[in-house]
Amino acid sequence: MQSESTGSPKGMDVQKYSNKKNLRFSDEALALSQKIMKRYPEGKQKSAILPVLHIAQAEFNGWLSVEAMDYVASLLKIQSIEVYEVASFYSMFNLKPVGKCVIEVCRTGPCWLMGAEDLVRFIEKKLGIKEGQTTTDGMFTLKTVECLASCGTAPMMQIGEKYHENLTFEKCGTILDDYKNKGEQISHWRKERIKNHTDIHQ
Amino acid sequence: MGRQLLINDLDKEGIQSISGYKANGGYSALEKALKMKPEEIVEEVKKSGLRGRGGAGFPTGMKWSFIAKPPDVPRHLVCNADESEPGTFKDRFLMEKKPHLLIEGMIISSFALGANTSYIYIRGEMMYVFHILEKAIQEAYDAGYLGKNILGSGFDLDLYVHCGAGAYICGEETGLIESLEGKRGNPRIKPPFPAIQGVWMRPTVVNNVETLAAVVPIINMTGDEYAKIGVGKSTGTKLISASGHINKPGVYEIELGVPVEEFIYSEKYCGGIRNGKKLKAVVAGGSSVPILPTELILKTAKGEPRLMSYESLSDGGFQTGTMLGSGGFIAMDEDTSIVKNLWNFTRFYHHESCGQCSPCREGTGWMEKILHKFLDGHATSKDIDLLWDIQGKIEGKTICPLGEAAAWPVAAAIRHFRPEFEEYVKNGKNMVDVKHYYRINKLQEA
Repeated sequence: MQSESTGSPKGMDVQKYSNKKNLRFSDEALALSQKIMKRYPEGKQKSAILPVLHIAQAEFNGWLSVEAMDYVASLLKIQSIEVYEVASFYSMFNLKPVGKCVIEVCRTGPCWLMGAEDLVRFIEKKLGIKEGQTTTDGMFTLKTVECLASCGTAPMMQIGEKYHENLTFEKCGTILDDYKNKGEQISHWRKERIKNHTDIHQ
Repeated sequence: MGRQLLINDLDKEGIQSISGYKANGGYSALEKALKMKPEEIVEEVKKSGLRGRGGAGFPTGMKWSFIAKPPDVPRHLVCNADESEPGTFKDRFLMEKKPHLLIEGMIISSFALGANTSYIYIRGEMMYVFHILEKAIQEAYDAGYLGKNILGSGFDLDLYVHCGAGAYICGEETGLIESLEGKRGNPRIKPPFPAIQGVWMRPTVVNNVETLAAVVPIINMTGDEYAKIGVGKSTGTKLISASGHINKPGVYEIELGVPVEEFIYSEKYCGGIRNGKKLKAVVAGGSSVPILPTELILKTAKGEPRLMSYESLSDGGFQTGTMLGSGGFIAMDEDTSIVKNLWNFTRFYHHESCGQCSPCREGTGWMEKILHKFLDGHATSKDIDLLWDIQGKIEGKTICPLGEAAAWPVAAAIRHFRPEFEEYVKNGKNMVDVKHYYRINKLQEA
């Protein structure tokens, strides 16, 4: 799998997004990670790597620094290289800093038939960035992704956990304005999910 | 015709929750199954003729009977919910609307296979469905359908959801197993098959979401009754994800054997081609299956009406036929550029190739580059032959079927739409401007 360039830190204060010092999960995230590790047979806790990396991404500003991956390796008691090779394989892991809000527009097959290309151009124009870049205020990163299994409601984009479907320019513009007004960090595994993980069974 | 077994009661109130699901007959199949012997369940599934709904169409009962049963080695059932085939969105729909159907199917299937720990491998992008499933699983634990000694049967089962992180290749069963073990999703060489050595080298069965859900009606109505639905060896119902230039895109549950023409044009299903356009081509089973022009999708080469079934769609082999695949039905209208569509698909396969096998890693990249030449207006007629040559050198030469999945669409596009490639060659640059399709009527209307 080729890694997608996920946003140059153009105009962003990279240091602000670096977590070198005191890098560790919140208590809730740590408890959740340990719960997840118990779902796999003894000695096979490496299996938890994908869920735990998702949590790490939610905890550490939406991307995985080398330090974040090293920390995950220590949690799972595996070598750092085992985390690097996995994190670089899967397209959902951002290995560079991203904006607070990552826009992922589906570009494949049916979405493309229904105008995904034009949608990407529209967002590029609206935000003043190109695909793969991050806005200077650090709010948005624009990515194109492969099929998100939402072909019947094309064109569509995903922001954090949420699917935004049957998009028109107008609808898309309104959605982006909403996120901008909220201005909060959006991740696939949302922070409130980590806090309220009591609904996740043992 | 027209029976629905999986999504028949979506309009019922609270069907997403356990109480609503139970109020509509949910978990009755489980109660029935737990009174049966595991072998009897496998036998019922064999009798039903159920075939894998993920795309390959392998008989499910037979797959189950292959599972090795060495003493003291745990077995696992893994549900493949890594739905990533372009054009397919039925599993997401089913899990979102009726999560307990999948859970009930998984408990019955785990019991039949003797698995005490089972996993649902869901793709990471569907995180919101992940949370729906987690909630539903918790409800099932609270109701005593999961955990120790389920309904007093002595059978224990733990069910967990495992999320992926964005990789088409993890929909391939050995790639999925590698991913579940916490590695890159590189498919394994078979044999050994997962039924002998799967996840953590233990006997494992991997089944698609829809396949496991279908086990519930099979137990409820018996395998013999289920086998009466459908046509020939295509038994039962199938979820079809309809997308593209049709009036009514969405998920439809059909009895296998509905004529393709009826499926496209009747108001009950797709409702015809939008904006009064003509149909140009159809990809009938997800992006990997060969594309067919209108005349061949509506009728076979022999002139018989084409049906939505495993056999009828593949009638004529790849010369004049295609496959049912995962049921991702993509319709394209007369304004569609087959070449550009093919480039889009090929870019997808290039992006998603795991990189283990050279023919796929390199071949998909070259095919994408050559197709881009057509779009840029620089291609020559030799490039058509070169594309044909490359696809032939990928097919059958890779560890997993991603190679075929990438090669077949290219072969079919050249086979059925060669004049369009030649047009690109002839008109060069002009073609790019003249045929810039998809000025998204839909987006502009709004």
